[in-house]
Amino acid sequence: MVKQITAAEAAAMIKPGSRLAIGGFLAAGAPETIIDALVEKNIGDLHIIVIASDWEDRGVGKLVVNRLVKSAQVSHLGTNKAIQAQMNAGEIQIELVPQGTLMERVRAFGAGLGGVLTPTGLGTVVEEGKQIVKVDGKDYIIEPAIASDFAIIRAHKADKLGNLTFSKTSRNSNPIMAMAGKITIAEVDEIVEIGELDPEQVCCPGVFVNYILKTGEV
Amino acid sequence: MANDKRSMIGARIAKELKDGDYVNLGIGLPTEAVNHIPPGVHVVFQSENGMLGVGPNPPAGSEDKDLVNAGGGYITALPGASYFDSATSFAIIRGGHIDITVLGALQVDQEGNLANWMIPGKMVPGMGGAMDLVTGAKKVIVAMEHCDKYGNPKVLKKCNLPLTAKGKVSVIITDMAVMELREEGLVLCEIAEGLTVEEVVQATEADLVIPCVINRF
Repeated sequence: MVKQITAAEAAAMIKPGSRLAIGGFLAAGAPETIIDALVEKNIGDLHIIVIASDWEDRGVGKLVVNRLVKSAQVSHLGTNKAIQAQMNAGEIQIELVPQGTLMERVRAFGAGLGGVLTPTGLGTVVEEGKQIVKVDGKDYIIEPAIASDFAIIRAHKADKLGNLTFSKTSRNSNPIMAMAGKITIAEVDEIVEIGELDPEQVCCPGVFVNYILKTGEV
Repeated sequence: MANDKRSMIGARIAKELKDGDYVNLGIGLPTEAVNHIPPGVHVVFQSENGMLGVGPNPPAGSEDKDLVNAGGGYITALPGASYFDSATSFAIIRGGHIDITVLGALQVDQEGNLANWMIPGKMVPGMGGAMDLVTGAKKVIVAMEHCDKYGNPKVLKKCNLPLTAKGKVSVIITDMAVMELREEGLVLCEIAEGLTVEEVVQATEADLVIPCVINRF
């Protein structure tokens, strides 16, 4: 059984300075209730691992605007002027990671791998300082796994074992981030009894999930 | 960009898409192609946030916050659509399962190099999914205005902005010309109605290979 908690309890668990893998893609499928609780409790010095920095008033953008983020591994900043301003002022450290590489590095950590080999980034600044290896005559960059302390994600339904279903394109990075959290907290639209989810519909098995809470329940 | 130019580029991109192709269109100008797909040609559009079978924008009032494209805009799902997570989405992209990707560019050069993700000191939006797309798609098409807003060429001998990928571009479609990367170099295949070859060459820094026959588009 996973434990059902409130967003305030989730935020209390997350200490300043934690590394957070956060689900969502331009705020679609972002765990807004947990993000709001982190802002409310002013949990700062965070390192975030996320596809995009979203908008100033949606998704992880709210953490950035409230200056709770000290560093980020992220693939896209284009929709959030605040993060670009903080980066230019040297107030936030950014590692830009190609989106597919980011997903595989996060997945690798959750899957017990040290990293992945990818051709993405060859011949660009992404390969700088990294080891390049040949497999079957082709070059690949060695990209190390990305560790996180907590994954905070959003799903559609959870049963009380933490099995999750998702809705349309709000699935995106959520099942991947869920794998990588040493502790994974999922906020969901609906919590159902064990047996109510069709096992064929489960896109994130409950083994990856530790805590669940309902969206909007502070 | 004027609407007629957008439409012209969109129509020309659409001619590259064949029945049955799996296609990923970059945000902005490349999406103009969806308005010009000829009848009888069925292509499956991918959105890299985790979907195949992207349909048109929904009518006002029926938007679904859980159904968006990679630019965050509301979309619909066509019959036969599928949803998947981001790792699967990029396995599709990087693994060579996308037939064509069409992307915008800041610069592109005669060696097929593309720069479209940052201007140091000015603008750093990040590469998002572009590096994976350009690395993995079977065919990479760049669609853009031929010159920047100051009239400077964007088709160069060598890109001087940070690259998105090296030597992966195969076709460049602009409001002035269609160029293809071939063994002999960057070939000027087509020019827009009303232009002369000299005008295109003048607006291009790259060395263009000029064939005997150049079509109009």
